[in-house]
Amino acid sequence: MVLQASLKNCLQLSCILRTPKVGFRSTTSGSLIIQSTSDDIYQNLAVEDWIHDHMNLENRQVLFLWRNSPAVVIGRHQNPWQECNLRLLRQKNIKLARRRSGGGTVYHDLGNINLTFFTSRKKYERMENLKLVVKALKALRPQLDVHVTDRYDILLDRHYKISGTAAKLGRTTAYHHCTLLCNADKFVLSSVLKSPYKGIKSNATPSVPASVKNLFEEDPSLTCEMLLDAIAEEYATQHQTDHHITLINPADETVLPGINNKTKELQTWEWVYGKTPKFSVSTCFNMVYKDSVLDVKVDMDVKHGKIEVCNIDLPEQWLPPAVCSELVKSLTGSKFCPNETTTVAATLLRVCPQDAELQSRWNLLCENMIMLM
Amino acid sequence: MAAVTALRSSCRTAGRLVCIHRVRSCSGIRFIKSKYVCVFDKSALKFSHQQRLFRTSAVSCGQIVQFKLSDIGEGITEVTVKEWYIKEGDSVSQFDSICEVQSDKASVTITSRYDGIIRKLHYNLDEIAYVGKPLVDIEIDASKGVSPEEDVVETPPMSHEEHTHQEIKGHKTLATPAVRRLAMENNIKLSEVVGTGKDNRILKEDILNYLAKQTGAILPPSPKAEIIPPLPKSETVPAAPKDRAHKIPVPISRPIVFSGKDKTEPITGFQKAMVKTMSAALKIPHFGYCDEIDLTQLVQLREELKPLAQIRGVKLSFMPFFIKAASLGLLQYPILNASLDESCQNVTYKASHNIGVAMDTEQGLIVPNVKNVQVSSVFEIASELNRLQSLGSAGQLGTNDLSGGTFTLSNIGTIGGTYAKPVILPPEVAIGALGKIQVLPRFNGKGEVFKAQIMNVSWSADHRIIDGATMARFSNLWKSYLENPASMLLDLK
Repeated sequence: MVLQASLKNCLQLSCILRTPKVGFRSTTSGSLIIQSTSDDIYQNLAVEDWIHDHMNLENRQVLFLWRNSPAVVIGRHQNPWQECNLRLLRQKNIKLARRRSGGGTVYHDLGNINLTFFTSRKKYERMENLKLVVKALKALRPQLDVHVTDRYDILLDRHYKISGTAAKLGRTTAYHHCTLLCNADKFVLSSVLKSPYKGIKSNATPSVPASVKNLFEEDPSLTCEMLLDAIAEEYATQHQTDHHITLINPADETVLPGINNKTKELQTWEWVYGKTPKFSVSTCFNMVYKDSVLDVKVDMDVKHGKIEVCNIDLPEQWLPPAVCSELVKSLTGSKFCPNETTTVAATLLRVCPQDAELQSRWNLLCENMIMLM
Repeated sequence: MAAVTALRSSCRTAGRLVCIHRVRSCSGIRFIKSKYVCVFDKSALKFSHQQRLFRTSAVSCGQIVQFKLSDIGEGITEVTVKEWYIKEGDSVSQFDSICEVQSDKASVTITSRYDGIIRKLHYNLDEIAYVGKPLVDIEIDASKGVSPEEDVVETPPMSHEEHTHQEIKGHKTLATPAVRRLAMENNIKLSEVVGTGKDNRILKEDILNYLAKQTGAILPPSPKAEIIPPLPKSETVPAAPKDRAHKIPVPISRPIVFSGKDKTEPITGFQKAMVKTMSAALKIPHFGYCDEIDLTQLVQLREELKPLAQIRGVKLSFMPFFIKAASLGLLQYPILNASLDESCQNVTYKASHNIGVAMDTEQGLIVPNVKNVQVSSVFEIASELNRLQSLGSAGQLGTNDLSGGTFTLSNIGTIGGTYAKPVILPPEVAIGALGKIQVLPRFNGKGEVFKAQIMNVSWSADHRIIDGATMARFSNLWKSYLENPASMLLDLK
């Protein structure tokens, strides 16, 4: 029902979009090029969702151009603990988002551009889209050695990856989006995409690491704006439409009704972490306490981002068994999240015997447990 | 007309009845293409034999249909099943999502073609599924939904059309099976409902609006996002809610549709922590003591000091003053900064004043503490509070910040309220809740009425080791420090 109501609405969206545009013929045909005014990853992903859910793409196609402030974006079925350094992300205030399309993990910042090609389900064709991008790049700088591989990557100089691809297919519509490295921070990119977490066993889609390079390194005169413009021009030519880029504000409910709910949903813990396929953590670490080094072995099963099964192997009597089992019991069912574990641990500390020695041992164990998350 | 019949018969041989609807205004026939239904794809043709079987057999309840995985495109033949949205025994409607599959960087949502009940999932998670092979078995409830009302046409089992047509005096009313069911449950004739969907389709909202008009009651708003009409018509939008507000509910005997259900979920994480802490707190016999504090002078002092702190990069609220004054008070009444052991045999007087500050975060209640307030200046307390607040809102507080507290203050007044009844956080023995600062008329020494900034404080203490007199004296001392901030200077170390 929502679909039908919003089909009516998509006509209204195109009415609004039609007004500033010159020479736009009919409301449901003719391709559209839109660009986001926001650099918030969640808002931009929400726009993709909105177009995918609400627009009638039977007779038209849409190209969506967007850029984000620093963020790590994982694929629909991936495991963030496996893919990136969550501790570093939290420290540097880099956002983590899970997109709805498949594929691997990427790092976005303002030196990277994102392109989304919206089509009807039948007209879904990734190779064509990527060839369009390569054609645009070559038109801009003919000396660039760029080509598309059969894994849907774009390589520079036959070796360096400058673009990764992912796609989402729904019942009637589909989209294919890809990144393009213009001038991203490669140092941050490589450090955030390296996971420090050991002992994770999972069926989540793994990313395939690749050497990357910025187009800027090949030709310092290139900027993101030039790339966006070149690609928009090529798209306009191939789709016989105006090279007019319509700006879209992803927070505007009047143009995109329901968009703020979509944005909120993408930011929930349940979506970003909770959608991780079931995985297990089996690891051990050393704790230095006073003059001794202790070996601790931890086994956990995590489902929907929550600890289903937890097992901690400590040297005997280092902590009273009652206290240790209380910790395990409290962790079971909690989110596999440092914040929640800290709260749970601090609470338990309140209700157990007030012994300074016990408390310092407890804190040490909890700090180490939190490092696993 | 002839064209229509010819089209229908050719479609029958292909095995599917194509949904054709007539637009009222124009006489032409609009052929709905495969927007909703892939008419001439391979799976439909494969399906044709089963269709024929249906045609010959009588309408029976629960025919099991094997829903095959349709073509993904790009020549892909196999995918991995990544997530099931339904399980065996669930009922599904047409277009509901069934599962998510992945193939080479593409994530595909598979939706149901039928209404029915899921009887079998052919794959487990992470297994490879093949295009053209059965994905799930659905039991079609074609016989269900047949109502005694004369304006509803019985759906033949083979017509898995997206919309059921209703012939009412030659006027076709369009509605999905779910909407039809809703109408039937509420004894509504679809012919009387105004459809606001595409081509006057009747939507769920239309049924609910119709019901609202019938009962005169105001129904709970639809959970889906409100679709706002485009800019030129925006003046009508504010009018609609106003109308609803002026309607006086006159209940008639029509049943009101309420589709809400109770939801039970397990208590985990932050909530579980709160349950544990508060259950332990139950063992403590609490007594309360409340008072009001005149903060007029403190408000003025803070205004003067705020820019100075700002220059040093620290946001100065009232809390640092409250915390420091409490610590000065605890120096005189150390039993309030103590802890009673499990067996109630020994009292431990804690040397450090680690004053906890209750914080409300997105996930829930969290109480970090400022360590060693007894040797900290107001400025140092303020900067530590800033640090704890920013870590708290980012969800990055460490175990050290959250443990070791000896006394707690809860500034509930920032949200609202005057008097409260705070619960002591074990292993502490006292807690104070601060209400909001209100401007109230009070009498001064000369008997004149003046504007006073009044805040209420509500203390709770463990009556096993704290008596009322101690609490009252501590409170009076704390109050005097705050009502006359200059007096704090005398006792600052």
